[in-house]
Amino acid sequence: MMIALTVPLILLSVAAYGLYKRVDVFGALAEGAKKGLSVIYGIVPALIVLLTAISMLRASGAMDIATEALRPLCARIGIPPECVPLMIVRPFSGSGALAVGADIIIRHGADSVVGRTAAVMLGSTETTFYVLGLYCGAAGVSKSRYVLPAALLADITGFVTAALVVGKL
Amino acid sequence: MSFAWVIMVAAAVLAALYTGNTGSLAQAAADGAGSAVSLGISLCGMICLWCGVMEVMKRAGLSGKLSRLLRPVLSLLFPSADGEAMDAVAANMSANLLGLGNAATPMGLIAAKRLQKLSGRGAAASDMFALLVVINTASLQLIPVTIAAVRAANGAAAPFDILPHVWVTSAASMAVAVFCAKLFARLGGTGR
Repeated sequence: MMIALTVPLILLSVAAYGLYKRVDVFGALAEGAKKGLSVIYGIVPALIVLLTAISMLRASGAMDIATEALRPLCARIGIPPECVPLMIVRPFSGSGALAVGADIIIRHGADSVVGRTAAVMLGSTETTFYVLGLYCGAAGVSKSRYVLPAALLADITGFVTAALVVGKL
Repeated sequence: MSFAWVIMVAAAVLAALYTGNTGSLAQAAADGAGSAVSLGISLCGMICLWCGVMEVMKRAGLSGKLSRLLRPVLSLLFPSADGEAMDAVAANMSANLLGLGNAATPMGLIAAKRLQKLSGRGAAASDMFALLVVINTASLQLIPVTIAAVRAANGAAAPFDILPHVWVTSAASMAVAVFCAKLFARLGGTGR
């Protein structure tokens, strides 16, 4: 109940505090929203470019091939092979990862090691490519330098740690 | 980005040739481009709203208070950020911690824009920008509500009992994210 009210309460308390500080709350909200439009203006072209490639990648079956290729390696380092499809989808698609993760949880049980590992993987990582596309679009960055390798290394660390932690704790 | 994009498309074409999915590739490209526009439209209202909230916080002096609270950590991570960038970074981090992804993104984007502008590096990612993105691609969220809901719906005895695991895992990936960003920045040698 309280969690559902977090956003409305933040909106209310920020606006009320603004009123108390004699800020033109309505004007400020509209002014900020106007700035938001220019942010969106930068993001959409970057998203178009990025999501085209991601959509092609998903339709091509490349992710299934990667999943099969990674299975033996993952089994060796102690990651449940059932979680490999989730690891592959996770950086590319938030809704896709949630669907794959929910499917794993349904099939193996929420309290099984596999189900718990999937939940921890989902809860402790982000949709890396999407976030990267958004931020690059907003800041007008087209040469991302080392950002992607660093972000993917962090994701891999998350996946491995999730498996280790669920196995040991 | 250019390199990653070419790799992704090349992998798609090669995999399609291998699996025989060649017919669906052109349609997938069109769908992807189209979904980006609908995603942009669906994000637009929420980004504008939270940018508005950010503006109210700024004018009321709230974002300054927030960033003073987080300053010890932030000035360590973002030494070359000015007040405006710091306020946005602080708001982004707090919203992330609270699990308010919808609010965290707009505030993070404002911060990214400001940090990149300060660096004066144009289209090439600056080190402060890189660090902000990497922190946002690792997850800061303390309470993963959606996943707990999925677990609860599928008969978990205690849906939130994965919290300690999530914290340890998030901390590990966050540490690697910050470490890699700082290390690569030093190796790259090109400024802020």
